[in-house]
Order: sequence, then structure tokens, then C-alpha cells
Amino acid sequence: MSTPDTTAPAFPVLSGRKYFMNFPVTDSSHSLEAYRARGGYQSLQKALTGMQPADVTREVAASGLLGHGGAAFPAGRKWGVIKLTDGEPHYVCMNADEGEPGTFKDRWLLEHVPHLCIEGLILASYAIMGRHAFIYIRGEFDLPYRRLRDAIEEAYAAGLLGENILGTGYSLDIVLYRGAGSYVCGEASAMLASLEGKKGWPRNRPPRLTVKGLYQRPTVVNNVETLANIPAIVGEGGETFRKVGLPKSPGTQMISISGHLVRPGVYEIEYGYSWEKFIYEDCGGIPGGRALKCVIPGGVSTKILDANELKGRTLDHNSALAAGSQIGSGGMIVIAEGTCMVRVAQVIQRFYHHESCGQCTPCREGMGWMERILNRIVRGEGRLEDIDRLYHISNANDGTTICSLGDSAGYACSAILDHYRDEFEHFITQGRSMYDGNLTVEDPFAAVGAPA
Amino acid sequence: MSKPPMQNIQHLIPEFERWKQRYPSDFTGSLTLPCLRRIQEERGYIADSDIDELVAYLGVPRIQVDEVIAFYTQFTRVPLGHHHLQVCHNLSCSLRGAEGLVGYLCARLGIKPGETTADGKFTLSTVECLASCGTAPMMMVNDTYHENLTPAAVDALLEDLSR
Repeated sequence: MSTPDTTAPAFPVLSGRKYFMNFPVTDSSHSLEAYRARGGYQSLQKALTGMQPADVTREVAASGLLGHGGAAFPAGRKWGVIKLTDGEPHYVCMNADEGEPGTFKDRWLLEHVPHLCIEGLILASYAIMGRHAFIYIRGEFDLPYRRLRDAIEEAYAAGLLGENILGTGYSLDIVLYRGAGSYVCGEASAMLASLEGKKGWPRNRPPRLTVKGLYQRPTVVNNVETLANIPAIVGEGGETFRKVGLPKSPGTQMISISGHLVRPGVYEIEYGYSWEKFIYEDCGGIPGGRALKCVIPGGVSTKILDANELKGRTLDHNSALAAGSQIGSGGMIVIAEGTCMVRVAQVIQRFYHHESCGQCTPCREGMGWMERILNRIVRGEGRLEDIDRLYHISNANDGTTICSLGDSAGYACSAILDHYRDEFEHFITQGRSMYDGNLTVEDPFAAVGAPA
Repeated sequence: MSKPPMQNIQHLIPEFERWKQRYPSDFTGSLTLPCLRRIQEERGYIADSDIDELVAYLGVPRIQVDEVIAFYTQFTRVPLGHHHLQVCHNLSCSLRGAEGLVGYLCARLGIKPGETTADGKFTLSTVECLASCGTAPMMMVNDTYHENLTPAAVDALLEDLSR
């Protein structure tokens, strides 16, 4: 049995520049032939025949491209750390371990434009003079894996990978590596440990991964969407790319939006787009005529923003930072009025407890402790001191864990407490939810009985 | 001690050797995850004797293989039901009815999450985000995503799988 194709219906088109969602999706639009007909691999030809590796990095630095995995680190600066003359092998690893709850944009890219991702990876490898590159894809992805696997074989057969690419003397092999179920492996150092065939434990920096990464060799880890931007940057030039979007957020952002929404899905927005227009018009607003309560902007690890904080705001890095949150991984979750935020915190905390890798004490012990406290409150057995306890434990995680996922695991809950403390107090003092523990607006299973 | 005979994985070794060609030359340990996945695809779980043979084949420490199997949620050392139903119950799915879906499956199958039906046909699990938030509620059955689930869709799917 194969995974159902998610190509239909056609994706929504918003105004603004598009680098990815700019062609009609069909049963074969992901193929090499279709990609070439859209101008695919011309940037690779241009770079391999007319540019030095350092020129490619220079264009990417000039473009101002920020990483799309969550941290928004400038891609050109990351690549620039690699010393091309150190005589060591260098590796690029594409991070396709998309697992931040609410995020499914990379899945769209892998399924629909696998060759664009591959072309970006080849260009990045050329820029740092790599002979081998890796794609780390999460183990649960089936259709994206098959699309990538087939695209890689097509590229080998067409002389776009392997020895002497396009007759230019440059050679590159790509290893497509499947994860096996671990959130923390989306963290770059954990990912490299996993690629070495070990359990995915993050490690301390320094040394940075660009100094000592995979098998102790300089390694660049980039998100799928980051690499998928590279062909356009090489093709049109970094300066031209920089004019799209906003000066401090150049280009576009793939946003996957879900939750209480009429039209959830994946959208490409040019940075600077109106946040409210996006939610209320493009995504159809909230079903059942409910008001917006809050939004988790970039995956559950980013701080929640309520309806007031979104007013008049644009979708870009500076705007999100000014509001006290982040664009993160572009995984937006919309929550309607009438939703119990204590239950939301409980669901999020269960996730962090489940996915803590167990290496650092504050995260390993703290996440389970927080979940137990939230479970207790939801059972109607909360104590007033539990609120301070939750703050205390989440603050204890900040800056005390090896990886940054540990830091943000605490933020998620404390940001909900900051906004909705009254709901927690009500639950504790009254022994019941202010909103009947409700999580759904439209529940297809509501009529068939309550969960066991 | 002599190497154990490769009874379980002998027939897979040519495939493993083919994979090596695209790796840098000293990357043998990296094959731990891909080899385990391939072994599990065949048997449905990973047996102790598989681990013995893989350790001998790759030349990695046994603790590395044991740790990998324990760390990653997709590896199992015990057989699961013929159809492994994995329901995402993370936030986006919960906002669109995942809890009702889990309850419905429990009632239909007569088991709780983590259990297997007596006939060995179905194992039910709850899992965290599968990157299918826009088409929630959803579940993965073995390798396949089933999205935008409703009671009618679940009924049809279970009937199809029971055949």
C-alpha cells in the first residue's frame, strides 16, 4: 500500500514573490524532467562552470539568507567558517528530520520539489568543497523518503551526482539516511551522532560543528528550506534575492499552519506579509465563528502570542522578536477562544517529557515533573504552589542543558502561564477547567463518545 | 571467539555492501541504523541473534547497537501486531479530535494504547508529532499516513485491514 498522494488540491496562492509554490502541482511535477523544464539545475551548471566555491558562499552571504530550521542563523556565515584549504574532508548535512510539533513545511518541499532540495545540497557541498553529503530524513516519512530516493537516483543517472558532475570534474555522493524516531535528532549535533550510528545525544559547543562535526570533521548542517533557497540565490544573485521580503528578513518563509482554522496547510509568504490577513483571510479564519485566542507562531517551542499581540503585526523575524517570540520553524498553530490552556500546556508538556533524550538532569527530570504537576491539576488535585513550581522548573532548564531544545522546552509552558495564569488558578481552586477541558472546535469523533 | 554464522542477515549483506559505496570509506558504524531498519523490515522486530550478527558484521561495540535500539522509538525487540496503528496525539492533532480518535479506536479494537489485539492483528500506539498537522486527526498504519480521519474513514480502514 502506498501513502496517498497529497498533491491535490492545488496550493493556495498569496500575493508576493514565490520561490517554491510557483508551479502547478501534478502527479509528475516532482520529476527530474518537470524540474528541468522549470529551469532546474541551471544554477548548478552556472556555479560549476563559472564560479569558484568561495563565490557561491559569497552570494549566499550577500543574500542575507537566514536559516529556516528555527534559529534563523545567517547561512552564509555558517558556510564561511569552513576553511577550504585545511586539507580535511568537509560535509554538508541536510536536516530533513522535521519534527517540531506544528511544522510540516519541509515535507511539502521534499514531496513536491525534491530536485530543488538536491540542487541546493549540491551547491552547498560545492561551496565548501565537500565530496560527500548527507540527507537525514525522519524515519516516519514514507512518501518524502521515496520521492527523495527516486530523485537522487534520477540525478545519478543524469550525471548530476557521482563522479565528474556535468563533466566539470566536481564529484559528489549523497547518502540518504533515515532516522528511527527521535525528536532530539533534529538538533544538529544529535543528528550527527545519529549519522555516526549512535543514539542521538547532543554535545556541547565549542568546538562548533563547522570545526568538528560528523566524524570530527568540519560539517555544515542546514534545514531543507534553507538549502532549497540556494538555487535561486545562485541563479539570480544574492543582491537580487535580498530585495525580496524585508531587509532583515530577506526572501520568503514556508509556513505550515494548523489547529482551529478553516484552511490549514502549507503556504509560502514573502516576509512582511500581514499576520492577521494571513490567518483571517488566506487561511479562512476560525471555524464556527469563534474568536482567535492565541497563536503558537513557529512550533510549540516558540512562545505563544495572543490575539492582541498579533494586531497590526507582520510576519517576519523582527516583528516576531519584538512581540517576544520567533518565526522558529514556521509551524504555526492557531487556537480558538473556548480552548482550555491548561490542557494545551499538558499536551505540550507530555511531548517534552516523552522526547527528552535523558542526557541533562534539568530536562530529563524537569519535563516529567512538570507533566506530573499538570496531570495533577487536570485531575482536579492541583495546589496553588504548583504555578510557582512550574515556573521554577521551566526556568531551571534555561541555559542549563546542552542543547537549545532543552531551553525552549521550558519556555513553552511558562509563556502559557504568563498569558493564562487565571485559567490555571481557576482549575486549581475550583478543581475544574474554566472551559470544560475543551481542546476542539470541530471534533469529528464527538458524536461517537468520549475518549476512554 | 570465532564469528557467529550469519544465519539471519547473510542474505542482506550484499545490500549492505552496496550501501557502503556512497559513504566515505571509514563510516562503517553509520550503517547501524539502516541495517537495523532493514532487519526489522524482514522480521517485524529485532531478535538477540540479529544483534550478535550485526555486531560481528559492522565491528561496532554491542552496547552501541543496544543503545540505538533502546533510544529510537521505531525499533522494537518484541513482535507487534500485523498492523501497527500509531495515532498522533500532539497539540495540532488534539485540537482537531485526536483524543476522540484514540477513544474510538480503543472501543473498536477493545484494547488500550500500547496493547495488541488477541488475534495479533492490531497494535495501538499514541505517538508525538508526525508532521501531518494540517490534515489532523491522523494516524500512521505501518508506513502509511491516513489523514483527515472521521469515524466513517476509520471504520472503512479497519474493515479493509481486517480482510
